[in-house]
Amino acid sequence: MTTAPATGPGPGLAQRPAPAPAPPAPSHRTRPRRLLQALPLTPAVVLLLLFLAGPIAYCAFIAFTDLQLTGQAEESFIGFENFTTAFGDEAFLNAVWLTLVFTVVSALIGQNTLGLALAALMRRASKPVRTLVGGIVITAWVLPEVVAGFLLYAFFRREGTLNALLDWLHLPSQNWLFTLPILAVSFANVWRGTAFSMLVYSAALGEIPKEVTEAAEVDGAGGWRRMWHITLPMIRRSIGTNLMLITLQTLSVFGLIWVMTRGGPGGKSQTLPLFMYEEAFQKSMIGYGTAVALLLLVVGSLFSVIYLRLLRTEV
Amino acid sequence: MPRTPSSRRTTRRLAADAGLLLVAAAFSLPLLWVVLSSLDTDANLQVKLPDGVTLDNFDAVLTPDITFTPLLNSLLLCGGGTALTVACAALAAYPLSRFRSRLNRPFLLTILFATSLPITAIMVPVYALFVQINLIDTLQGTVFFFAASQLPFAIWLMKNFMDGVPKELEEAAWTDGASSLQSLVRIVLPLMGPGVAVVTVFSFVMMWGNFFVPFMLLLTPDQMPAAVSINEFFGNRGTVVYGQLAAFSIIYSTPVILLYVLVARRLGGGFALGGAVKG
Repeated sequence: MTTAPATGPGPGLAQRPAPAPAPPAPSHRTRPRRLLQALPLTPAVVLLLLFLAGPIAYCAFIAFTDLQLTGQAEESFIGFENFTTAFGDEAFLNAVWLTLVFTVVSALIGQNTLGLALAALMRRASKPVRTLVGGIVITAWVLPEVVAGFLLYAFFRREGTLNALLDWLHLPSQNWLFTLPILAVSFANVWRGTAFSMLVYSAALGEIPKEVTEAAEVDGAGGWRRMWHITLPMIRRSIGTNLMLITLQTLSVFGLIWVMTRGGPGGKSQTLPLFMYEEAFQKSMIGYGTAVALLLLVVGSLFSVIYLRLLRTEV
Repeated sequence: MPRTPSSRRTTRRLAADAGLLLVAAAFSLPLLWVVLSSLDTDANLQVKLPDGVTLDNFDAVLTPDITFTPLLNSLLLCGGGTALTVACAALAAYPLSRFRSRLNRPFLLTILFATSLPITAIMVPVYALFVQINLIDTLQGTVFFFAASQLPFAIWLMKNFMDGVPKELEEAAWTDGASSLQSLVRIVLPLMGPGVAVVTVFSFVMMWGNFFVPFMLLLTPDQMPAAVSINEFFGNRGTVVYGQLAAFSIIYSTPVILLYVLVARRLGGGFALGGAVKG
């Protein structure tokens, strides 16, 4: 669920929305029988309530307390204080801004556009090239989050491959993880997450009837115009759901950034999940950290609801 | 000379090939680094050919401390979590797929909603909760949480695969006196073998690569899975032996890559994505 590979094959590769409401059950089905039929749901429901719904409810509770990790007899209810503190806290606002940059640069622009471009090019490319490129991009996606972090850390370090390459091209090099850490982790997230968009768009493009594009070609529409006026409108729902899903995945990226920069230097790559972790554990302010988590959860829920609506319009 | 449609197509294919190869080259640099460095005793942070190919790095990390214990922990954790996820998802999917109820739709919508929640956000309250109920730093607690976090998606996938198994076969079994559970285990699950395989592999791969959950919920070094131990081990040491880091990364990544290849080939590329987010 968290990364896909942890940004990884993210959640919600859902197949299709639930079927229409069932007609009223036949009268011979008595209540005990229906209960018996629902019995197999129990283990899953118990697990979900205890370990998912429970923590979410608990989250909504302790976000309004001053719970700390140590040195405190009992937490007390402090209302919205955590939230007012957050919105006056420069470090929090910095984390919000960085999360926004990270999401827009790596998901909305990077993964989405590159994924679409790769999917579109693959339809024209020869088979060996298609297989090779697909294999490499998907390997980056399947790798464990921490491994991906190490690989990109090596790539962006001062002594790393990127600078070696820039030197070789006689271009100026710099210490990427120090000067532009948020861009470095954004590129890392593009490297790791593009496969998801690529697979989504490959499936979507595969469903466009050949006649449509051929007709446009006969009418003399060039590649770009066909893309803009025909292909994109036809796959707009896939674009919508893809954007929702990669946004949600990107909002919850932790390990990748943690391994590459620990959120530093000086908070310059500290997105909300890392800020939440630091407040809750390094500064022992569990209540405050949880308030941040709750905000993240609320934003995630909003995206999730939009995603459901998008899926529903398909039926 | 006027260009024929077929020559135009060839040009276009060459252009597409060139573009894709360029992207692939950029994408493969970090991967090349890990492969080449693992074979190089003198590895640094750059992609370079080793002077002589050697397996010394693998030799050095194949010790109980670095490799075997963490991988065994990963196996226990992810194996347990996957088994629990798949069993609960299969059971839950059955009534959702087979019996009509007014509650099915709200339940499935809730599940679908939960699949896209950012689980990272709830790790702090989960930690606080686990401290209260004494599940912190326990393998079973982490397994339960892994299973719960993977369940929504697993139920959703499983239900869709189950819908593809015709109901008639079960009805015959019911007339012969089989219970629902028997028909699920004997008839439905075997018929949806590839579907069960996808859910299993997918859950396992997700848990194997997950860093944040065990990082938060496990404290004792002996219990750490590879995802956390690799970071502790190489992240906190003064001088990192990059060749060994690369070798360990490869050992740790290989199982999930193999599993992915297995499933992807069986189900043709983007597996469940095909019908997934279409529009």
